[in-house]
Amino acid sequence: MHIDPEAYANLPAEDFAPLGDADRENEQIARPSTTYWQDVWARFRRDPLAMAGLCVLILVALAAIFGPMLSPFSYEDVDFLNGDMGPSSAHWFGTDRLGRDIFVRVLYGARISLTVGVVAAVINLVIGVLYGGIAGFIGRRVDMVLMRIVDILIGLPSLLYIILIMMALGSSIQSIVLALCFTSWIGTARVVRSEVMMLKSSEYALAARLTGASDFDILLHHLIPNCMGPIIVSTAFLIPSAIFSEAFLAFLGIGIQVPMASWGTLANEAIAALSSRPYQMFFPVAAICVTMFSLNFIGDGLRDALDPRLKK
Amino acid sequence: MIHASPNPPSAPLVEAQNLCKYFPVRARFFGKSRHLLKAVDGVSFAIEKGETFGLVGESGCGKTTVGRTLVRLYEPTAGAIRYDGQDISHLNRAALLPFRRRAQMIFQDPYASLDPRMTVGDIIAEPLRVQNLYPGKARDARARELLALVGLKPDHINRYPHEFSGGQRQRIGLARALAGNPEFIVCDEPISALDVSIQAQVVNMLEALQDQFGLTYLFVSHDLTMVRHISRRVAVMYLGAIVELAPVAVLYKHMQHPYTQALLSAAPVADPRRAAQAARIPLQGDVPTPIDPPPGCLFRGRCPKAVPRCAQERPALRDLGGGHLCACHLLE
Amino acid sequence: MQAVRGVTLRVAEGETVGIVGESGSGKSVLMLSLLGLLPDNAQVRAQAMRFADGDLGAMSGREKRRLLGSRIGMVFQDPMTSLNPLFTVEQQLTEPLRIHQGLRGAKARARALDLLRMVDMPSPENRLKQYPHEFSGGMRQRVMIAIAIACGPRLIIADEPTTALDVTIQAQILDLLRNLQKELGTSTILITHDLGVISSMCRRVVVMYGGIVAEEGSLDEIFYSPRHPYTWGLLRSIPEAETEHRLPLVPIPGSPPDMLAPPQGCPFAPRCRHAMPVCLRCAAPETELSPTHKVRCHLTHPAAPQVRWEKEGL
Repeated sequence: MHIDPEAYANLPAEDFAPLGDADRENEQIARPSTTYWQDVWARFRRDPLAMAGLCVLILVALAAIFGPMLSPFSYEDVDFLNGDMGPSSAHWFGTDRLGRDIFVRVLYGARISLTVGVVAAVINLVIGVLYGGIAGFIGRRVDMVLMRIVDILIGLPSLLYIILIMMALGSSIQSIVLALCFTSWIGTARVVRSEVMMLKSSEYALAARLTGASDFDILLHHLIPNCMGPIIVSTAFLIPSAIFSEAFLAFLGIGIQVPMASWGTLANEAIAALSSRPYQMFFPVAAICVTMFSLNFIGDGLRDALDPRLKK
Repeated sequence: MIHASPNPPSAPLVEAQNLCKYFPVRARFFGKSRHLLKAVDGVSFAIEKGETFGLVGESGCGKTTVGRTLVRLYEPTAGAIRYDGQDISHLNRAALLPFRRRAQMIFQDPYASLDPRMTVGDIIAEPLRVQNLYPGKARDARARELLALVGLKPDHINRYPHEFSGGQRQRIGLARALAGNPEFIVCDEPISALDVSIQAQVVNMLEALQDQFGLTYLFVSHDLTMVRHISRRVAVMYLGAIVELAPVAVLYKHMQHPYTQALLSAAPVADPRRAAQAARIPLQGDVPTPIDPPPGCLFRGRCPKAVPRCAQERPALRDLGGGHLCACHLLE
Repeated sequence: MQAVRGVTLRVAEGETVGIVGESGSGKSVLMLSLLGLLPDNAQVRAQAMRFADGDLGAMSGREKRRLLGSRIGMVFQDPMTSLNPLFTVEQQLTEPLRIHQGLRGAKARARALDLLRMVDMPSPENRLKQYPHEFSGGMRQRVMIAIAIACGPRLIIADEPTTALDVTIQAQILDLLRNLQKELGTSTILITHDLGVISSMCRRVVVMYGGIVAEEGSLDEIFYSPRHPYTWGLLRSIPEAETEHRLPLVPIPGSPPDMLAPPQGCPFAPRCRHAMPVCLRCAAPETELSPTHKVRCHLTHPAAPQVRWEKEGL
């Protein structure tokens, strides 16, 4: 904004009358108020991959919930006359050897996979946050003991205890979730522990202590809300890994049993006919891939949105 | 170890007696014995009601630890803290609750001392929530009143800390400290993270609030000119111990300890003509670590006047009269 | 976002210029833009940037980098982040010698030793082999200074060189900078927020606020006859060092400008006690008060009220 010297010299006197204090406001905040979560959402929305992942995931979830209701077929209806049919207008993804509609079975598998993923994530979250929070907050000897237990758990070969749990409890969704959650909360616990350890000596935690707040109060009101970012990120990546583990186990034949269908079971069944009828393999595997990609993109987007420092 | 009683004649509000706070340092190699970081080692002083007591020193001298131990964020390793006559050195959380209302603290870093996930209203009202003061609607009104008291707008109550500037945040921290109507506030480097023009705002506000509520301050800082401005009495710390303590006019004019002399002469003066005249006492070397300090005077390694005796015996604080205490062998 | 606008800065041979300003005043961005060290999303437009006989504006990034480290030395606030923790001090000291002067092996080592002696490093032979984390803050800053002067620069830019240090260490480092300048005859740009450091180090002072130069002049002009209300505010915000009776501080109200939404007129107007309608509308032109003293304030306009600087008690 350059000003012409001549015009400047001739500015009227009223331009130079002192302003009263009333004309200026020193404690005004120019920017509109945004909460942390509004900022996170704004950053997340700017990430096209993450938004695409979110849309696809919502579609998959809606299809999993409502799809089977709208379809004339059910996942266990056997129709020997129409076995091993390719995709058609009646059976979008074709039928399997027993004539069951693959489309419905894939949707049904989505139900199982998403349920496993979400339930595993919630259980992880609860155990991981409590365990890590306690270890990090109390520290010293308690932390030592809790972390050595974790080290032992992580040293166990996972297939061994998963098979043992499945044998003991039978194959059902509950036992699968239990087996998957047996050690997977450890990652979350470690994240929470290190965050809590760092935050507990922060000045705002000291300030809270000065008010007379109890340890539990400080943990609940200050420390856990402030490590929500890393917690959410670690949970977001846990869902796809739980889904994938379930599919992997089912593919190996340890897991949900026929006639129930998870994506892994479907893929397993399709192996026999892989060379002649590849579509039977293609659809469940494609469902796994699309869901994995979506969840991982969402996780990446959340990580960038929750912790903008990492991106720069 | 203490020859002279550093207590002022009138009854003090806060008193530290031979206060020690050691932190264990983890051994580097397996099998090595544990080392102790003697952050505060035998500090005694008393703060009178209504005064501002300055505590100066360089980083690592233990001044922040003294402040935090006085308000019982730390439990002292040895020695006693007396608050209004009561020994609070080893009280547990529940027993400390009445004390928590009376003694508060403001912190150095205005960005780290406010929980970023809470609204300003919740931050200010936290002491009230924990102590269950001003229940119901009165709590919100109290938070607005406190905001106005520190010169912010009452309707800022629903905003988040990151929306405020450093000076405004420091005032929010001050409002939180004032919530329960305390009488004693430890100001731990409250201005060192702020811009020069903002420092004066905060200092003036501290002084105004002191007049209004009769507050007592412990003002911890490394800024010698600001400590001189705000304090009535000043103690100088070096490596966990007080080396000199005196009323402000005495300390800045007739300092006796070689460290105080060097420290004051090193402080840059924002006045070119005086800066040109000022004679500096140069100090060699760095501050040694307070981990397993050797016997003798802690300053002797850098002291331009050290004598053999300084290596053998740690000097005690001696009363030079007029409330002036100094710990140096050369004064005998 | 405009971090710096319309700044003219001249540094003569052998001169120390102090740049004072608070956070957000643009003092560090100014230096980084001169040297082409700003991040990729930054744009620099300037009528001229000259160093000695070369035109910085016309130089490629490569030429600038050559200049940097050989003829321009930099000292930053935090030596821990500017020294590489994975290399010994010897490796970091000999690197510029190798790149810019082609010194290698024993010769480079001998020169590195010389440099450490020049910055008064105790037992330099042992120190050469050590890593940055084995040094204290003050010693690290000495290493930084040794690197800055390694190739005999004509200009040293020191950005808050003592802000992270204790008072007694700060005094040591300032002494060192002052002595080196006398010995080597380099020009120095000292960026700081500390008026105490300025008054003991500089002959000429540039006061920046909100990305513009509010006032510049000789040390005495800035401290004893300042003309910009921001300079007044700065000087009144610091307690009197020597007076017997305590004077109240006069702070500058409000907060530094938000540089994402800079004010339209004079950046200081919202906090200025003497603001006028014109201040809110347009920035003030530069007024020359003496060959060395320049100020950008509408109060110098003949129609403006006569407000004079008076520091109470002097």
